[in-house]
Amino acid sequence: MPRRLWLRIGLVVLVVVGSIWYLYPPRESINLGLDLQGGIHLMLGVEVDKYVVGQTERAAEDLKNALERKGVAVKRVVREGLSTVVVELASATNWNDALTVAAELASFEMGQRDEKAGRFTLVMRERQLAQLRDDAVRQAVETIRNRVDQFGVAEPTIARQGDSRILIQLPGVQDPDRAKALIGKTALLEFKLLDEQTPVEQALAGRVPETSEILYQRRVDKETKVERRQPHVVQKRTLLTGAELTRAEVQADPNSPGNWQVAIEFTATGARIFGDVTEQNVGRHLAIVLDGNLYSAPRINERIPGGRAVITGQFTVEEARDLAIVLRAGALPAPVAILEERTVGPSLGADSIRQGMIAILGSGVVVFVFMLLYYRLSGLIADVALVLNLVILLACMAAFGATLTLPGIAGIALTIGMAVDTNVLIFERIREELRLGKTPRAAIDAGFHRALRTVIDTHLTVMVTAAILYNFGTGPVKGFAVSLFVGLAASLFTAYFFTRLLFDILYMGRRKVQAISI
Amino acid sequence: MIELFRSPSYNFIGKRRWAYLLSAVLLVIGLGTLTVRGLRYDIDFTGGTLVQVRFEQPPSVAAIRAGLARIQLGESIIQEFGDAREYIIRLPLTTTSPEELTKRVTGALAQEASLGTFEIRRIEFVGPQVGRDLQLQAVYAVLFGMVGILIYIAWAFKSLKGGVAAVGAVIHDVVICLGALSLTGREFSLPVLAALLTIIGYSVNDTIVAYDRLRENRGKYSQRGKSFAEQLNDAINQTLSRTVLTALTTFLSATILLWFGGKVLEDFAFVLVIGVITGTYSTIYIAGAIIVDWTQSVESRVARRKKAMAKA
Repeated sequence: MPRRLWLRIGLVVLVVVGSIWYLYPPRESINLGLDLQGGIHLMLGVEVDKYVVGQTERAAEDLKNALERKGVAVKRVVREGLSTVVVELASATNWNDALTVAAELASFEMGQRDEKAGRFTLVMRERQLAQLRDDAVRQAVETIRNRVDQFGVAEPTIARQGDSRILIQLPGVQDPDRAKALIGKTALLEFKLLDEQTPVEQALAGRVPETSEILYQRRVDKETKVERRQPHVVQKRTLLTGAELTRAEVQADPNSPGNWQVAIEFTATGARIFGDVTEQNVGRHLAIVLDGNLYSAPRINERIPGGRAVITGQFTVEEARDLAIVLRAGALPAPVAILEERTVGPSLGADSIRQGMIAILGSGVVVFVFMLLYYRLSGLIADVALVLNLVILLACMAAFGATLTLPGIAGIALTIGMAVDTNVLIFERIREELRLGKTPRAAIDAGFHRALRTVIDTHLTVMVTAAILYNFGTGPVKGFAVSLFVGLAASLFTAYFFTRLLFDILYMGRRKVQAISI
Repeated sequence: MIELFRSPSYNFIGKRRWAYLLSAVLLVIGLGTLTVRGLRYDIDFTGGTLVQVRFEQPPSVAAIRAGLARIQLGESIIQEFGDAREYIIRLPLTTTSPEELTKRVTGALAQEASLGTFEIRRIEFVGPQVGRDLQLQAVYAVLFGMVGILIYIAWAFKSLKGGVAAVGAVIHDVVICLGALSLTGREFSLPVLAALLTIIGYSVNDTIVAYDRLRENRGKYSQRGKSFAEQLNDAINQTLSRTVLTALTTFLSATILLWFGGKVLEDFAFVLVIGVITGTYSTIYIAGAIIVDWTQSVESRVARRKKAMAKA
């Protein structure tokens, strides 16, 4: 046989071996989508602007402190809108000093200035704004991944989608409500002082000092199941957050039998701050606030060294365990909202895959038998090529870590259709050439040669469409586009190159060919 | 050797007036039902909540409705799904959180004693933003796909007419498929979108095979002296066995999916079955016929101008 032929055989063998390498073992290499397997699919939207607002407020606070350190008398420094800081000085005398201090805030630029009124605004730079939004989503993905890992789910998918969305897929999870609560909780733990100067009644009547706010403590009566919300007036300033936390563990609540609590321990920095805060505020009440709900506000009896605290709140053991997980994994930088949720029970997933697979196999078998009956030996060659096409396609999906979903199967179906079509096209052409009286070898040559242009055109147009779908689509549309694109590339290889190779091996040897089985 | 056709020479293009009439009727029915009845979008596109429940005993829809009426969640749609024990309940978008909604639905069904025990098999919640995004995406995907096809054909065959005619055929197929969906009261869901995209691919593939043959035949001895319509008719006849064979295998596969694929694949397979038929037909009678009439009208205009010039 000529050297070229060996080269082509070598290439095919290489592709087959490579595909099997990626595919083995099949149960682990191909991810089934949730529509086929059961589990939870969540699309979360990160409320990035809330993160920006928080960061701006923090910058305002820092600026106020910096100004005061420089001896600039400040009337107020507050956030306005999304990312603007408004500075009002007590007088215009320290105007230049104030501007120098403000200039040190690299992420802001000067907005309006009114020297006479002693007022200026700082606006966050566009670059910084984009950076913060990006950070928020990135951190959220990281935190959620941490939580899911601790929750214990096999092969979760946690991926960022677009600007501010996060796609989460948890195959096989049985308790969706719990999983959602665990993922969606912001888990911002804050320690704040109670405002003991403002009576609760006065605050409820609407007269809350600017530096304080009303937070509620929820209490459920174990017997009547009635929920009571008790208001507290709390200072807005956060003394310490859960960011400085190293450990969070579940313990039985010694003061309330049957309930559980979460014991936390701070880092060295956190412990020092906690020690200072408790030392300076002996006799006052320290509120423990989680996601805006006040859990408890114990009285500080003495300085607490060592950085340990407990969060109580009539938790069941499961609630306490999940709370410990979210505290350990850290807070989400901003709240998240569920934009899309799909929960497929495992029994349904199994049903749909069984039925779908039977139907797909059935339709495959029909095509196989048809090709065999109509084109005999050539039909068999086409069938072998078809199997190879499927193997390559699935191997590529395994290699990319792509997920097989129902729309993906649709893409595969179209691919198979195109591959069969390519062979039909070639075979019909060969028959036509035979009818014109060409010898078998010449007919094969001419048939493959003449069909090539058409095959390339048909494949390229559909590949162009697939590429466009990939660029404009997300999620399911993208899945369809990927399997279509890869499948068509594989089809060019199997239905043309590979089939041609088999024909050459069969008919292009030295012996004289009398007839083709086609 | 089994052969469907042996050197066929049907006069396809000559009968195109009848085809125009048929297509016009189908398009009018399609567009009519789309405007009057409209398309029912799945919650993938509208947003909302879907709960799939499997009951131990076949329940009565009235009992399910009575149970749900208690929690007042607005217009809910209750549908049998697959067999008599399985139902799908669709709830419109509300401000209630999805967890809360499921809890209430489960509670309401449990209170209705006649329903017996049941299992919640699937819950889907799609927020309004995601639904709107998907709707836009579907439209963009189809539109840009067509633009891509147009550009490719115009470039590969150096014929803008060919590109426009091919896209015309695609639009024809899409409208008829959507019309069939609307007529049969099926929903436009993600799998249906995938099927529609598949049909677009299929329809264009078919058209290109015919164009390709036309291009190849150009300048051949046998084509000398033939009008454009005759040339195209030859190309269609020469590729006829391929067209029919491919259509047949695809049609068979899609029919099997429709019969045995279960409820999940049903709508998908339905669009494929309709699409294969109209896709094959539109290659000959839309893409082919448009390009013939277009070319003829251009030629006659040129001829008229020449005549006018000669007179002057």
